[in-house]
Amino acid sequence: MPLEQTISDIKESFPKAVLGVTEYAGEQFVHIKGESVLDILELFKNDGFDFLADLTAVDNLTLGGFERFAVVYHLLSHKSVMRITIKAYVTEKNPTLPSVESLWKTADWQEREVYDLFGISFEDHPNLTRIMNPDTYDGHPLRKDYPRKGRTERNDFPQVIRGIRKENDSK
Amino acid sequence: MSLIKDDIKSNILTTTIESAVNWGRKNSLWPMPFGTACCGIEFMAVLAARTDISRFGAEAIRFSPRQSDLLIVAGRISIKMMPVLIRIYEQMPEPKWVVSMGACASTGGVFDTYSVIQGVDQFIPVDVYVPGCPPRPEGVVESLLKIQELVEKEKFSDYAVSDSK
Repeated sequence: MPLEQTISDIKESFPKAVLGVTEYAGEQFVHIKGESVLDILELFKNDGFDFLADLTAVDNLTLGGFERFAVVYHLLSHKSVMRITIKAYVTEKNPTLPSVESLWKTADWQEREVYDLFGISFEDHPNLTRIMNPDTYDGHPLRKDYPRKGRTERNDFPQVIRGIRKENDSK
Repeated sequence: MSLIKDDIKSNILTTTIESAVNWGRKNSLWPMPFGTACCGIEFMAVLAARTDISRFGAEAIRFSPRQSDLLIVAGRISIKMMPVLIRIYEQMPEPKWVVSMGACASTGGVFDTYSVIQGVDQFIPVDVYVPGCPPRPEGVVESLLKIQELVEKEKFSDYAVSDSK
């Protein structure tokens, strides 16, 4: 099925969820609402987009956009060698959307990464815990309002003093 | 009789226990490499033929901190790695020395971000810093010689033995 046909089908099936379709560098971008991402991605998967090449997120705090956060899905069809990008928007107040781990197992760790760094929750995820930062970490550092030098977490460690050996006089 | 006396004369060396022990220690340092980044790769070059540190008796690289007395922190230390580094340091038996190898371990380097420790000397005592990004192997050899100087100056009387008991 050609890509245009798939996109128009999805527009027809989800008239409220599709916010718009744009094109950049010869690739199609479908902007949708976060809550219907599972249904729409299932349609794309049934239409041949069998591979989730990447799952990441964008903070639109200074960029502008439909909502504060966009979770970005890069899909690839191995059969027709076509790519498509789906941007699912979630609000700052309720950054929650369904997990697509049931469609592609690779979404498991990538959704954990987005959760860790952006604080976006994925419903029905099997194990939504931090993947890179320590479990005790507070905050989501890739959000644009997070200070670059952190909130003193890099200074909060016990200071180990020398044991039996005292400071050398020569220093 | 006189023959035996001469024999003993040329075979006896008077010294102190302190300097004998320090001489042994400085020429058989056992490094524990804590390589987390490219400095760890550069440290392998230090071990290789061109700047072979076995010439200074420090070739016994042990990845077990309990058998080592020289900790070489090579690379940037993230906030997730710092508790590990502290644990490694505390597991090493006394007396022990620490080399901070490269810009990242010493100051955080170019990584002035929330997740990178801005110098391990904030939390563990460091004896010698090696500048560079990464340092040349010669720099690491120089730091080893500096450590040897420190070991040579060790005094048993400096060892803090509990007075109260």
